[in-house]
Amino acid sequence: MATTSRKRQSTTTPIQWLTLLVVALFVIVPFYTTALGGFKEIGELRVNPFGLPASWDPVRFVEIMGGPRYFASLGNSLLIAGGTVLLSTLVASMTAFALAHIKFFGGKFILGYLMLGLLFPSATGILPLFIKMRDLGMLDSHWGIIVVQVAFSVSFSVLLFHNFFKELPKELIDAARMDNCGYIKIYWYITLPLSLPIIATVGVFNFVGSWNSFLLPLIVLNSEAKYTWPLGIMQFKGQYGSDWPRILAFLTLSILPAIGFFLLAQRYIISGLTGGAVKG
Amino acid sequence: MASIATGADLGVATRSRKRRLIERNSLPALLLFLPPALILFTLFVVLPMVDAATFSFFDWNGYGPITDFVGFENYADVLTHRNFGTAVRNSLIVVAVSLVVQLPLAMWCAIALSERGVHINVLRTLFFLPFMLAEVAAGLIWNFVYDGNYGLLPAIGDAIGVDMPFVLGDKFWVIPAIMLVITWKYFGFHMMIFIAGLQSIPSEVIEAARLDGVKRWQIVRHIKIPMIRSAIVISVFFAITGALQLFDLIIPLSNGGPSHSSHTIVTFLYQFGILRMKLGFGGAISVILFIACVIVALAYRRILFKVEQN
Repeated sequence: MATTSRKRQSTTTPIQWLTLLVVALFVIVPFYTTALGGFKEIGELRVNPFGLPASWDPVRFVEIMGGPRYFASLGNSLLIAGGTVLLSTLVASMTAFALAHIKFFGGKFILGYLMLGLLFPSATGILPLFIKMRDLGMLDSHWGIIVVQVAFSVSFSVLLFHNFFKELPKELIDAARMDNCGYIKIYWYITLPLSLPIIATVGVFNFVGSWNSFLLPLIVLNSEAKYTWPLGIMQFKGQYGSDWPRILAFLTLSILPAIGFFLLAQRYIISGLTGGAVKG
Repeated sequence: MASIATGADLGVATRSRKRRLIERNSLPALLLFLPPALILFTLFVVLPMVDAATFSFFDWNGYGPITDFVGFENYADVLTHRNFGTAVRNSLIVVAVSLVVQLPLAMWCAIALSERGVHINVLRTLFFLPFMLAEVAAGLIWNFVYDGNYGLLPAIGDAIGVDMPFVLGDKFWVIPAIMLVITWKYFGFHMMIFIAGLQSIPSEVIEAARLDGVKRWQIVRHIKIPMIRSAIVISVFFAITGALQLFDLIIPLSNGGPSHSSHTIVTFLYQFGILRMKLGFGGAISVILFIACVIVALAYRRILFKVEQN
């Protein structure tokens, strides 16, 4: 009797624990050595890979944070990600609302058309996209990146919003329609206030996507002052070659905000991922 | 009599048809809500693909009029390019290793971490962390790990008395090295999909099997894995499409080298199409990649349809 109840409670076997431990080490060690590497001297890296640094002098971190590049590139990324989130939330939720609640000829077709974007990676059209942006005068600008990122994110965002709006109680909208309330008002005063969880999910998703994006800013931006942080860090690496302590310090400072944000927002990320994946 | 009836029928038909065409008083909302997304999506997602297909039949460097029609020459150039085969092979290796190593690892972790508990939440968050990290940052971190002079790998080699090669500069080792990073970066994503699937299995099913004395691995093999088949299908789909568009991670790691041995399809497109502004050549690569994606998506729909039927 005692054995069965204990068996039922601890469902993780020793072998599972051992593998989990090995996998955890595999995940942690690169982060750990990166974080400590910024404090070590270059000669120290190879002889003392896992130990604590000889001194905790934050000289490189101070230098980077005092330099012109770090905060400027993070600021650029923040601006682009913020703009992308605001615009894509608005654009995608409006479209999803129309497709979920208004009956009109061609609605299914439009939804299917937008879902085409889930089929192929945005990278496939990147070269003609570059030409198009050049012809429209969108190169080397932050708003150009924002607009294109909104276009890239439309399919997935509309999918998430559409799934959510379909689950909302239909009576609310029918009642408002009875009172002669127009759809624009219903969208703004009824649907959006009820949709904060999905707004958060879509927003967090698009924020992370924009924050991490590399290929699009790489082909669009020319002037260093406009670089986002992935471009900034690649340029830093190119400049300092194998001065690893300096590069590791820059890396640590660049990923810390993202890790903080992730720890705060991870439940939205996971719900978007599983909601979109399972229903889509 | 007959004609009146027809007339009445017609009237009803047109009225209900009108109602179906556009719902009453909804035109302003439709005109406000639909165009932004449709215009942006058409302009920046769909049209570039159409342009890519057009460019692929011309020889064009991006400036001046497009006049130099060359038929299928660009496609022939891509398919016979000495590095294109390598890029395709590498992309297929990524798919294969994802399916054989990454997904089983993700499944193992998901099964161990699908219950509740504080330590379980910590491990889940930890395993998911690399997925949230920018590819560029992950690539640079591992570039350091692999660095032949100051990196972690040669340091470990020193400790165990093995002379480690410069893996990212070695034509043979560069692919396994990249595969390890891909596993590190993405297994947590697949694990989360599997965990969501496992948590949707009614606990009575598992409990009943356990009371009947079914062994643990038999529960996994015959109950858990079959019941999350749709999660597995989704995971496989993401693994394949992810491998087809792999780019951000390769640039900071190996930049396609040494001597173009670690290109994927998209880094090949970047290196030989974008950097050299060869729009016809690049367009042909885009079309080939697009067709590959559509084939995968269609096959996926068939498989998913079968899974849902069962």
